[in-house]
Amino acid sequence: MTRGMYIRRRLLLMLPTAFGVTLVTFLMIHLIPGDPAVTMLGVRATPKAVAALHREWGLNKPLYEQYWLFLTRVVRGNFGVSLFYNSSATGIILSASLVSLSLIVYAVVLSVVIAVPLAVLAATHRNGISDQAVRAIPLIGMGMPSAWIAIMLILLMGLKFHLFPVAGLQPGVLGHLDSLFLPGLTLSLGIAPLLVRSLRSSLIDAFDADYVTTARSKGIHEYRVLIRHAIRNALASSLNILGLQIAFLISGTLVVETVFALPGVGALMVNSIYRRDFPVVQGVTFVLALAVILTNLGTDVVHSLLDPRVRFE
Amino acid sequence: MIIGLALAAPLITSYSPTVLNPSQGLLAPSLHHLLGTDELGRDVWTRLLYGARVDLEIAFLAVLASFVFGTAVGCVAGFFGGWADVVAMRAVDVILAFPFFVLVIALVFILGPGTKSIYIAIIATDWVSYTWIIRKEILSTKRLEFILAASALGYRPLRIIIRHLIPNVITQAIVYSMSDIVFTILTIVTLGFLGLGVPPPTPEWGSMMSDGQQFITSHWQLATVPGIAVVIIGIGLSLFGDGIADRLRVE
Repeated sequence: MTRGMYIRRRLLLMLPTAFGVTLVTFLMIHLIPGDPAVTMLGVRATPKAVAALHREWGLNKPLYEQYWLFLTRVVRGNFGVSLFYNSSATGIILSASLVSLSLIVYAVVLSVVIAVPLAVLAATHRNGISDQAVRAIPLIGMGMPSAWIAIMLILLMGLKFHLFPVAGLQPGVLGHLDSLFLPGLTLSLGIAPLLVRSLRSSLIDAFDADYVTTARSKGIHEYRVLIRHAIRNALASSLNILGLQIAFLISGTLVVETVFALPGVGALMVNSIYRRDFPVVQGVTFVLALAVILTNLGTDVVHSLLDPRVRFE
Repeated sequence: MIIGLALAAPLITSYSPTVLNPSQGLLAPSLHHLLGTDELGRDVWTRLLYGARVDLEIAFLAVLASFVFGTAVGCVAGFFGGWADVVAMRAVDVILAFPFFVLVIALVFILGPGTKSIYIAIIATDWVSYTWIIRKEILSTKRLEFILAASALGYRPLRIIIRHLIPNVITQAIVYSMSDIVFTILTIVTLGFLGLGVPPPTPEWGSMMSDGQQFITSHWQLATVPGIAVVIIGIGLSLFGDGIADRLRVE
């Protein structure tokens, strides 16, 4: 199979999943017995508002027609009107997405910056003390609630030493970098343990591989071998781990953005839940699932480009 | 050990986890109150112990239910194949497409607050991992001689699955379930932290953290201690899981 065929097949395989995601988000509101419009509106359920929502969502029609209506709207990127902001839910979600996207990119960069030196240290001193210490990190790190990491970082780096801002988003690129540092660090500490573990084992594999032996025998400096050959290949194989962690990172934004008061999708979802703003909750749920599907697709494609050994089965 | 402490909570501590005592609020740690008191005068050490009961119980039961249901679906999908497999795997793909916590929190929101919603939300999202693991294992085990022999002997599918397949494929799922419990505890704690978990006044580590957050500058231990408890539980369960994995591998 050629690469083009592989990518096309991955795209086709994605469709049923995306379809299923629309079905789940559509059925969410129908899980509760009773009139969905009344459930959605809660305390705001005046007869007039209920009737308007019935018209908008076609709630008097049979379920499959409602689903069709929902599907056609979703395809056009329309998630209805936010009950809290009284404006298009899609617009609100999109502007919040940018904040979350920069947060996630920041977190990925930070986790690579944290994980690479640790993994190199462990892999070059295999079974030494530093290796043992690095291997203990996942054990501790996996069990830390991100809410707690966030509070500890605020306590130490924000309140005690006043190194970084602890809430809100400052304007400008530098302001963004500054105010997203602690939230990004919180998220990255969640995935760094996994990354360290996988990088360490792929580095050890790389050191034993023929191409590294060849490079060494050509008299290339050890440092250069490490950077040009070993780390590069180890990072390529750890890319999959990072791709799989995107769902975890997105889940993390819910807590982290809430604790640090950032205007991203995670905080938007949590706040919309507090406000019982159903259209926004539904829209965010769908957009986040779509983000996961697309990232997984993207990781597979990029991985197939980076690693010539990937077979297109 | 922590489980023992949690079970023995009423014996170890003489305070009630829920009775309010505002005049004794925000006391510093002392001999009477090992970890001090919170803003409503409740002993933090007591609430920590009772909180362990709440968090661990939900996590264990929810993971157990996901384990059983997911394994059953995985067996059916893997053994029979065909349309059952197609339907099950599509469902697994769809649920895995959602970020785990996003789906849990959305379900809790729709079902309304309460312990029952937390159970339903976690089980509804968590079973897929077990189905995925079990199905994969069954697909590779199914072709081995002893299973083919059992089929040739004319045993009914149910007997083959229970007597021959499950003992051989369950290891992976058991090993996974250990880290899954840690992960589920984190989920419950996070729900509690966001105010969508076990409703107050039940002591729960997540809500203890978010309550403590407002006193972070003056009484840092209130928010710190529950998190340390979670980390310790996580390490304990991970080591336990590694032990189980080694033992099962030897056999």
